[in-house]
Amino acid sequence: MPYNPALVAPMREEMTTMGATELTTSAAVDAALGDPQGTMLVFVNSVCGCAAGNARPALRLALEHPVRPQQIVTVFAGQDLEATARARQYFAEYQPSSPSIALLRDGEVVHFVHRHQIEGKSPQIVAANLIAAFDRHCGATV
Amino acid sequence: MARSSGPVFHPGHHELHGITVVVETTGARTYVGRFDNQDEHGVHLLNVAVHDGATPSPSREEFLRRSATFGVRIEHQHVLVPDGEVVRISRLDDVGAGR
Repeated sequence: MPYNPALVAPMREEMTTMGATELTTSAAVDAALGDPQGTMLVFVNSVCGCAAGNARPALRLALEHPVRPQQIVTVFAGQDLEATARARQYFAEYQPSSPSIALLRDGEVVHFVHRHQIEGKSPQIVAANLIAAFDRHCGATV
Repeated sequence: MARSSGPVFHPGHHELHGITVVVETTGARTYVGRFDNQDEHGVHLLNVAVHDGATPSPSREEFLRRSATFGVRIEHQHVLVPDGEVVRISRLDDVGAGR
């Protein structure tokens, strides 16, 4: 059951202020992911205070890197159920977990960060993981 | 029993609370799941995948590699592993990093 919207509003805002586009419906997910071109990062947000509480700052740090994905989108697990389920269909070979982060290039998953790779890690360590993936797969300064 | 070192993920809980771990046992089974707690009955895991060594494929190594790469394929919401059966507890991320 989704949490009180007021409770998760700051978690949503944390994503949008770093430039992520929120996808709250299946149609919005399909519009963003359905015609894949270039690089896109999909952040599966979560209310988990510890894992997501590190993952969001990690992404913010990583996005300070000059090489970064062309698009950043986010769905909110446990909140926007339909949109999250739809987004996961685009990386269906990966088991669902939240928070998690998928990096896609031309629609293909080229890097995935599971929740188990975030648990107990500092934002700096998770950011380093993402930055290495940006350098490997995103290629050009945006 | 081996325990990870480092910062406590969830203050006030066991140091592994909330961490996805690999539990090796004295028997054929290996568990991957989120450590919840440990009490007089044993280790409680949530969202658990199980490898049974009696089944030849996939191998235990392949099971762990897949879990680390593609995530935990949940078979059980909760598993209690009796203390006497626990040989080692490792973080999945540490195990997966070496594969």
